[in-house]
Amino acid sequence: MGLIKKLPVYTEHIPGGSLVTTSVNSVLTMAQAKSLWYLLFGTACCAIELMATGASRYDFDRLGMIFRASPRQADIMLVAGTITKKMAPRVKRIYDQMAQPRYVLAMGGCAIGGGPFYYDCYSVLKGVDKIIPVDVFVPGCPPRPEALLQGCLEVGKKIRTLKLDEWS
Amino acid sequence: MAEELRTEDMTMNMGPQHPSTHGVCRLVLTLDGEVIKDCQPVIGFLHRSIEKMCENRTYAQCIPLMDRFEYCTSMSCNWAFCLAAEKLSDIKVPERGEYLRVIMGELNRIASHLIFVGVTPMDCGALTPFLYTFRERERIMDLFEMTCGQRLTYNYIRIGGVAKDIPPEFIPKCREFLDIFEEKIRDYEKLLVDNPIWIARNKGVGIITPQLVYDYCISGPSARASGVNFDIRKNDPYSIYDRFDFDIPLGTGGDCYDRFNVRVNEMRQSARIVAQALDHLPDGEIRVKVPLKFKPNPGEVYSRRENSRGEMGVYLVSDGSTKPFRIRARGGSFSHLQAVPHIVKGLKIADLVAIFASMDIIMPEIDR
Ligand code: SF4
Repeated sequence: MGLIKKLPVYTEHIPGGSLVTTSVNSVLTMAQAKSLWYLLFGTACCAIELMATGASRYDFDRLGMIFRASPRQADIMLVAGTITKKMAPRVKRIYDQMAQPRYVLAMGGCAIGGGPFYYDCYSVLKGVDKIIPVDVFVPGCPPRPEALLQGCLEVGKKIRTLKLDEWS
Repeated sequence: MAEELRTEDMTMNMGPQHPSTHGVCRLVLTLDGEVIKDCQPVIGFLHRSIEKMCENRTYAQCIPLMDRFEYCTSMSCNWAFCLAAEKLSDIKVPERGEYLRVIMGELNRIASHLIFVGVTPMDCGALTPFLYTFRERERIMDLFEMTCGQRLTYNYIRIGGVAKDIPPEFIPKCREFLDIFEEKIRDYEKLLVDNPIWIARNKGVGIITPQLVYDYCISGPSARASGVNFDIRKNDPYSIYDRFDFDIPLGTGGDCYDRFNVRVNEMRQSARIVAQALDHLPDGEIRVKVPLKFKPNPGEVYSRRENSRGEMGVYLVSDGSTKPFRIRARGGSFSHLQAVPHIVKGLKIADLVAIFASMDIIMPEIDR
């Protein structure tokens, strides 16, 4: 019942149970926000923190996040690490391969804007938002697992404000 | 009349986005069915021009960049760079500083091997060890965090010593970790070493002969698994490693199974070194004063140290100014990746995954 309380519902009690009336939109967005499968896609140091977040102490799974190796099965792409100019077309391609609705979380300074490789560096893309739309940015070098967890919760919050026809 | 079956070679890409390529490595495979006929690694997907950037930074500013050179063992990279700079200008690190370096370096080696022990089975399809090893790794991360405030990129080892002294609660926490650690290693061994599936996947697969070790300049645990007894900590001791009593685990077969076991046993030895260093930790200064605009003597130097993946060397050219003239960092993975095409010819794709994982190749070390 805890779940039902979070939805905008109209409940009517009938003998032997109750009837619930709610909108498709709220059920679907909640389902999606609670089961974000992420693409296992790490390029650099932040990927180790991503792994640590998925492991025992921080435990991504309790947010309903399970890693997927194939972009076609993933809902969210966690861009963890430096994206170089050579890698950028591949990132775009992986993003295009993901099924809609899809979300992107940029993790770490490098994915946000080049991070430590902003100055004097000829080969690093200065921010992954130059090639794909990013929903949530999590700063840090690398961000702590707690920060990453909060970033994922923020993505969930964003999803729950969406309307069905905005899903694209 | 039976017509002859016609077969064709297939060219297939593995990576750059592939969970078992440990970063972003692309392998172009030429396949005959499932048998690999040729394997061509394509590198450069993580080229961050760290060496070039160092030329525009002062020596103190180079150290954080060296963290990112090889992030599983950031302490080692800091250390290798500082060793080179100290060698150039004849700086003597105080005793306590040396001991702290050894403690941190060996803890970092354990942390790096724990990633290996967790991730390698994952590539072969066993997810469980990953959860166990990262549980212990978090304890080491706690120790690092209470010392230098970072979990992954430490910037702790500085020219002339270390950045900060350890807090008082470090030593009891560290001892507590060492006490439980031996038992945990036995747990990992129970999960994998005697596991028939693991043996079937790894034993006799991807054999590296001692000759291949010399030919491709393979170093570190991957070389020792083939029976080549070479460890820079013993053969060319730097810092204070000659004071500690530890063994070098050696393998015999040079296959994936041995490479795994050597690393597991190396964790035991590292734990031994840390325990000895904690026992003998002296009081006193942790760092000699080095000016912020540090200027080493002009000249060039190569210094090397044993990293968890192999020889980690830094070649440093100084022109006597505040910025290095040229830095060239050498990581073990580069030579290891070169050997992979040689090893995998004639094997199956599933073996390639096991071999690639067992060499503990990490891409930033290659692309820099
Ligand atoms: S933000 Fe920092 S830790 Fe993350 S990938 Fe970039 S350099 Fe590495």
